[in-house]
This record gives sequence, structure tokens and C-alpha cells, in this order.
Amino acid sequence: MLAAIGVPSVDALFDRQIPEAVRLRRPLKLPAGRGEQEVFAHLGELAAKNVSAEDELSFLGAGMYDHYVPALIDMLMGRSEFLTPYTPYQPEISQGGLQVMFEYQTAISELTALPVANASVYEGPSAVAAAGYLAKLHNGAKRFVVSAGLHPHSIQTLRTQAHGYGMEVVEVPLTTGSAGDAPGAGGGVTDPDAWAGAIDGDTSAAIFAQPNFYGAVEDAEALSAAAKSAGQPVVVAQVDPITLGILAPPGECGVDVAVGEGQALGNRLDFGGPSFGLFAAREEYLRRMPGRIAGETTDVDGRRGFVLTLQTREQHIRREKATSNICTAQALNALAGVVYLTWLGRQGIVELGELLLARTHYAREQLAALDGVERLHEQPVVREFALRLDADVSAVRRRCAAQGVNPGADLQALTGREEDHGGLLVAITEQRSRADIDRLVEVLGEAVAAVRGGEDASGLSSRVESPRVESNEAQTVPA
Amino acid sequence: MSAIAELPLQRDHATTIFQKGAPGRRAFMCPELDVPAVDPEQLLPERYRRVRPPRLPEVSEPEIVRHYVGISKRNFDLDSGFYPLGSCTMKHNPRLHERVAALPGHARLHPLQDPERAQGALELMWNLQGALAEISGLPHVSLQPSAGSHGELAGVLLTRAYHEDRGETRHKVLTPDTAHGTNPATVTMAGLEVVKVATNAAGGVDIEDLRAKADRDVACLMLTNPNTLGLFDPNITEIAEIVHGVGATLYYDGANLNAVMGISRPGDMGFDIVHFNLHKSFTQPHGGGGPGSGPIAVSDRIAPYLPVPVIVRDQDGAFDLDHEPEGAGSKSIGRLRGFQGNYGCFVRSYAYICSLGGDGLKDASEAAVLNANYLLARLRDKNAHSPVAEYLPLAYGELCMHEFVLSGGPMKRTLQIKTLDLAKRLLDFGFHPPTVYFPLLVEEALMVEPTETETKETLDAFAEAIGAILREAAEDPEIARQAPYTTPVRRLDEVHAAKHPVIRETLG
Repeated sequence: MLAAIGVPSVDALFDRQIPEAVRLRRPLKLPAGRGEQEVFAHLGELAAKNVSAEDELSFLGAGMYDHYVPALIDMLMGRSEFLTPYTPYQPEISQGGLQVMFEYQTAISELTALPVANASVYEGPSAVAAAGYLAKLHNGAKRFVVSAGLHPHSIQTLRTQAHGYGMEVVEVPLTTGSAGDAPGAGGGVTDPDAWAGAIDGDTSAAIFAQPNFYGAVEDAEALSAAAKSAGQPVVVAQVDPITLGILAPPGECGVDVAVGEGQALGNRLDFGGPSFGLFAAREEYLRRMPGRIAGETTDVDGRRGFVLTLQTREQHIRREKATSNICTAQALNALAGVVYLTWLGRQGIVELGELLLARTHYAREQLAALDGVERLHEQPVVREFALRLDADVSAVRRRCAAQGVNPGADLQALTGREEDHGGLLVAITEQRSRADIDRLVEVLGEAVAAVRGGEDASGLSSRVESPRVESNEAQTVPA
Repeated sequence: MSAIAELPLQRDHATTIFQKGAPGRRAFMCPELDVPAVDPEQLLPERYRRVRPPRLPEVSEPEIVRHYVGISKRNFDLDSGFYPLGSCTMKHNPRLHERVAALPGHARLHPLQDPERAQGALELMWNLQGALAEISGLPHVSLQPSAGSHGELAGVLLTRAYHEDRGETRHKVLTPDTAHGTNPATVTMAGLEVVKVATNAAGGVDIEDLRAKADRDVACLMLTNPNTLGLFDPNITEIAEIVHGVGATLYYDGANLNAVMGISRPGDMGFDIVHFNLHKSFTQPHGGGGPGSGPIAVSDRIAPYLPVPVIVRDQDGAFDLDHEPEGAGSKSIGRLRGFQGNYGCFVRSYAYICSLGGDGLKDASEAAVLNANYLLARLRDKNAHSPVAEYLPLAYGELCMHEFVLSGGPMKRTLQIKTLDLAKRLLDFGFHPPTVYFPLLVEEALMVEPTETETKETLDAFAEAIGAILREAAEDPEIARQAPYTTPVRRLDEVHAAKHPVIRETLG
């Protein structure tokens, strides 16, 4: 090969192209390579240091959920034909991937009752930021109004990006519980007056979550209508796709753009990713949507086929005038999503929703009946709900962990809000049976009682904070 | 002659899953209701309820399997054949990585698990950060960005935060005219303005043009090195001096890192910020368009602005996630997405780095550069009866790094076939075509990246196929112009698709 090239050595290829001043004349400080079996063992040891949803009874949710992933998804995602190609730039040999995108878009469009969907964005919170950017391109207005019921990661991600292009993010609080039957009286939902008051002619997008971060089902139709009578914002809802078998879909509630975290649809937890972000909208936003879109067409012989379409929105064609910089997204995870929705089917998504509704209701009733535990709000919930503990949440969680139960997420640790002190966010999936819920009730009840009784938190000493090692410098992979 | 066999079934009209099945057919069996039944109206009042269920398919499990296995066969993939897609680094995806990523300790780990009970995951991420820091020569790493373009956005926002913190407002970002499209698109998304820098006759940055445009309004220069022409810019040190001289930062688009692992480091070249593409250099399978992962590494002066959360380690060796480094006075740009990033990709790429080690990574880059130069030499070999040198000249330079760019201009003028025709005819030979029509400054560009994965035999076969297509075109250009012939569908009407978009199935 060297003779064909006409150089004496591989080194010469580099010597002739890279200035000596920037050559690395020493080996990389990384451990020596290892064989497959040893690497498998090493990765297995690391896995064993984690407590996964397989190792404890987990009620963690707050954005990602331990739903059952059917075996056929593992099989299909592992197929070389789906796993190993690049983005389908050559449609004649990419009909499989393009058709999956087209079917996925159809499924998301059906689920959200919105006419157009793209082929996926990265994940939930960045999908919210992408919707904000679409609104900015659409109307050029000054600020985003967001409900405090949006996932805190979504609000933070939107803030990060909005700061870049100079837009303000205004947060609308949730209602606190009060007597009476007025909308939002049970607390835990977007304050309707504050919402309407925050939105005006300078509002680019009005963004809420359904159900919201606290598990509460919002009156989506009322929020959309109020937003549109107060200004002309793009109304954006972050939806939880697995609830859309039973919850009124965003397209029927006046929502313009629906985004969401797709993990619950056939994707693993994977410590937070990869999953996919869903993105659907009304027709008028089609040409401002980010990401890949597959479209139907015919070939020269008249056969039906699929291509990447509306590419003049995209970075590789429009460069600085593109509607987004996104390139690689989440095609394989979106495949899992559409296969999962197909597996659930038309009846299954309703049945699953009803089951989650019933079990979640049961869990909420049982837990709220415990001493020192109350509902954080009274709104209807589908598969997640917020409680308030009259005890230190981290101490309670540690005690539960010692019993092999993860009772849910520490609300205040996630939102940083004073009013969330004592908050616990509990998620129920179809993998948590009544017996599992009863076990949670028992363990949480004991833990709350013990912590309120002043017993040492869990009998485990809390971790002592030590000075930090601040960077990775000189940190190498252990052999 | 083709890897894609001409099977009648594959040429059938494409029927979507929504057109299959029958009412009431299903795969899913819902777990039984084991809690007391409650009046649905009490649980979810009518006004919140969905009236008509979404019209999802009604199919059995065997139908689902047959459908998706069937359409999968209408895809070409890396496991089936040569995939020299320039700038995409289509290297082999070891199946060990899929196995370790599927271990329940990784795959079923909740992202909000308490750090003390996710020590293995944090250790893995810490180790991966350390490896990426060493490979790039930049000490501080964030794994959070979801893909290369997301890493670019992080990088430009970091640059912005750095200047703002120094009380400076800088609104221009320089990008060479050879840059990936994501670079200028990212600059706009970050609220800054793109200024193009010209390319010189040798294919590198035009130093005089850079000098003229580098002023105190410039926040950053985004550069790919080796660049999209497959050339290492020999003036990189001078470029860095010019950029730093006006107080701007230097950003490294890591799409082409596969050329220089263990050979030259962006940090040593003077870059302040680099993004990696784990789905390119570090063999996360591309999945037909993702998932990817786009970690960033930065120099000391950029570190205070890194996205949150950051992984920290205490003196006892325990790992934690810090959501507010430096407390309330945090200079972090904030969050870029939910949770900690695409961990499943970290597992795969970490396994890859463990398998290869430092020497193996260097070997990979050496083999990638050797393969590219060998293929280039084969294509230009006048003694091997190859008409390539005449019709498809190398756009710039003599040697290349891990990829090279040919110009199809002479081919178009002499043989009357375009680069697109050549690409489509390659499909009939069982090869994925190179990247075409990029970079934009090369006429009828053809960008070839063979990667270290390929054998000499594969490279020879590809060179022979190109030669055969050119000879065939000299006889009858119509063959290439009408190609492909053996694929599940032939050329598709993209103009119609864009003019009359049909982007979902019509349901009855």
C-alpha cells in the first residue's frame, strides 16, 4: 500500500502533512487495549456498582419511566439494517429507514392530533427549546412565557438557548390549594390569572406541560384559549406521549406545537439517554420545523417511495439561514417508539392508560392516608403524583433505599423551589403491581414515622462531604 | 454484482404498517387490573378525556416482526458493505458494545438515581471524560451535548459566556467556506453573525483573509482540522495566534478527529473548545440518523462556563453530580438538555476506548489515513488502466488525511455524467456512494472516507468499480444517468415530494 502511495512509511504520511510543532510525540496516556472478554468484564463491574430498576423497587419518574420494553424492540433495534446505516442520504438504498420515519411521523401525528410531525429531535427538554426557537422564527416577538409546571430541565434548557438569541423567559406560578370548585382550586396547576396576565403582544411562545411536572392534569384547552386571547403566541405543550391514549390530545386543545420526551415509548432508561424528542405541529409551522422529515413520492417507474423532504429548512442546504442546526437526531430511538406504539395498538394505548390511571389513583390514595403524608395538590393525575412529607425527604428516601425501595424523586432537589420543600414525586408504571405499591406504602409509612420520631436517618451515616477534585486533568482510565 | 439482490418481493409497493392489520387485532396484553376499579369520571373528568383514541395500527406481533424485518431489507447498512461517506466516519460497530450497553446495571439505571447508588455510571463517565481530555489535549470535559451540532451550540454559547463575563460584546463568528453546514446554522441559533473566511489555493484557511476579518468584534473562529477537504492546515499555529491575538476563541469541529487520534491534539494546536462525535470517531452506531453524542472539551479559561451538571470526585474517590458549581455565583451556561446526556452512547464509546487503548486509537487513525491515501493512489494510478485521474481529479493537494475530495467537473464536461449519476451507478455495484456535492467550493464534489475498517481488497474493488463506471460512461453515459437499476426503488422524485409534501399516511 505504501508503495502505491509512494511514501516510505505511515509516519511519512503524517510528517509530510502535520507541522512538527503540533505533533504529539508521546503515547496517549491511556491504559493499553484489552480483549473483548476483559472489556466485557470491566463494563460488567461498572454496571454492578449501579442500583438499577432491576435491583430495587423503583418509583422514580420525573421525566423518564421504567415502562416495559417488549422483546421485539431489542430484536429490531439490533438488526444491522437499522443499527448501522447513516442518515438516509441515498433514498434508493434507504427505503427501510425512510419508511420507518414516515410511519413514526404518522404515529406521532395521530397521537397528538396534529397534522405534521418530524422524524425526531434529541429528547424532551431540548425539544421545548427547539419549539421556542420555532416561535422566535415565526413571530419574532420578545419573550417566552412558561408555566412553572414545565419540567425544570425544560425551563433550564430553554433559558440556556434563549439567552443566546437574547430572549427573556418569564415563569408563571402554579396555584396553591384552596377551598371551592374554581378552576385550579385544588392547587398544582398553572395559575390561570397569572398566565393570562403574563401573556401579551410581545409573547413569542406560551409553554405548558400536560400532565405537568407535579403530575397534575392541566386544563389545556383553557390555557390555550387564554393565551390566544391575551396575545398571538405560539402555544406549545410538552406532552407525555404515554398518557395520550386517554388524555385529550394537544391538537384538540388549541395547542400549536406539541413536543415531548419519547423515552416512555419503548426506550430504555439508559441513565437518561439516548431516547428521542417528539415534535408535532399545525400545518402552518411545517416549513419552520427543525430536523429530518420523510415524505412520500414515486420513483421513475412509478413505485411508491420515501425521501428526506423539505430539506431547504436544513443546515446542510441553508447553512446560516437554516431553521435549526440539528443534523444527527434519534432515528433508532424513534424506530423503537413507532414499534412500541404499533405493539400497543389502537386499543392497547387506551387500556394501558386506564391501568396507569387506576393504579396511580390507588397508590395516591394509600400513600396520602399515611401519617405525615399528604397530597401536594388535588388535581387528577395519570401516572405520577406529588406528595408532601412532614419529614426530611432525603432522610426518608435513604431509609426506604435501605429497604430496597426507591419511593420517588425529591421534588425540591429538582425544582429548587421553596414551596416544594417536603415534596416527593412518585411514578407508577405498568411494571409496578398492587403488591409493589402496597410494599411502598408500608416502607414509606415506616420511614416517615421513623424520621418524624427523630430516629437517625436510616441508621446509615449520611455521606461526608470531602473536598472535590475539580477537573479531569491527568485523570486516566484505570486498567 | 450487487449486495442488494433484485428480489420481486422487495420491489413491491411500499405498504405501511398503518395499511396492514384488521380491527381488533393486537399484540399487547395489558396487565390485569389488580387495584379496585373506580368510576373513570372520578379519576379523570370528561373535559380532560380523549374522545377518539389515536388511530394506531391493529396488528399481531408476527405481523409487526414481518413488516419491520421486511422493510429493514430495503436498507443498505455498514454491516453489508463499504460505506465511504465522507465526514461521517463509518467504521465498524463492534457488537460487544451493544451487549455491555444492554446490561441492566446500565440500561435500566434511572437518570435520577442517587449519585451514591449510580457510582458505576459516574465512574464510567469520569473515565470517558478523562480519555477525551487526553485525546484532545483539553482538560475539562462535558458529556452532555446530544450530537455534534448540539456540541457546537454548546461551544458557541460557551464562547459567548466567556466574552460576556469579560464585559465584551462580540457578535461575529468566522467560519471557513469549507465548513460543515452545522457551523453557520449554529452561529445563527446562538444569536451571532456568520462571517466567511476564504480558502487559499492549497485548500487551507486564507491567512490574509483571516487577518483582514479578525477584529475585536470576532468572538470565535470555528475550524475543522483536518478540514472538509481532508487536509491538515499547515498554518494552524499562525491561525491560532491571529485568532487569540484579537481575543477570540478557537473552536474545533471534531467531525474529522478520526484522522489525528494520538497523532496531533486540538489543545496543542491552540484550540479552546472541541466537540467530539461519539457516533463517528468512537463508533456509536449511527442508527440511520442517530442517536449520536457530542461531548465537548475545553481549556482552563472556558471551564467555568461549562454546562451543568458536572461530575465531581471527592478525595475518597466517590463521584457526585454538581448542579451548581461555584454556588449561586455560577458562571455556567446552564443546561443543554435533560439529565446527563446520552449515557448509552458513553457506554459504547468507553468500551471502544478500553478495547483499543491509547496505542490502538493511534493505530486506528494511522490505518484510516493509510487507507484513504491508498485508495486515492489507486484511483489516480494511470498504470492501472484507470481513467479516474483524468475525469475525477483531486480537488486540492497531493496527499490527504483520513478522507479526500475529488472533483467531478471534468467527468461532467467530458463524459456527460454528473457526480450524482456516478453515485447512483455505484449503488448497482453494491457500494454506498461517497458524500456528494460537499464541500460546496469544489465543483461536483465527491468526498471519500474509507475509515480504518476496510481491507485493501475492498478498497481495490471500490477503485475498480469507479473505473468501470467511467469506462462504461465513455461508451454510453445513459447507463449512469438512468441508474440505479438493482435497488428496491429507483430514482425518486424529490422535487414533487417537496412541492406537495405528504409526510404521514392517510387513514380511512
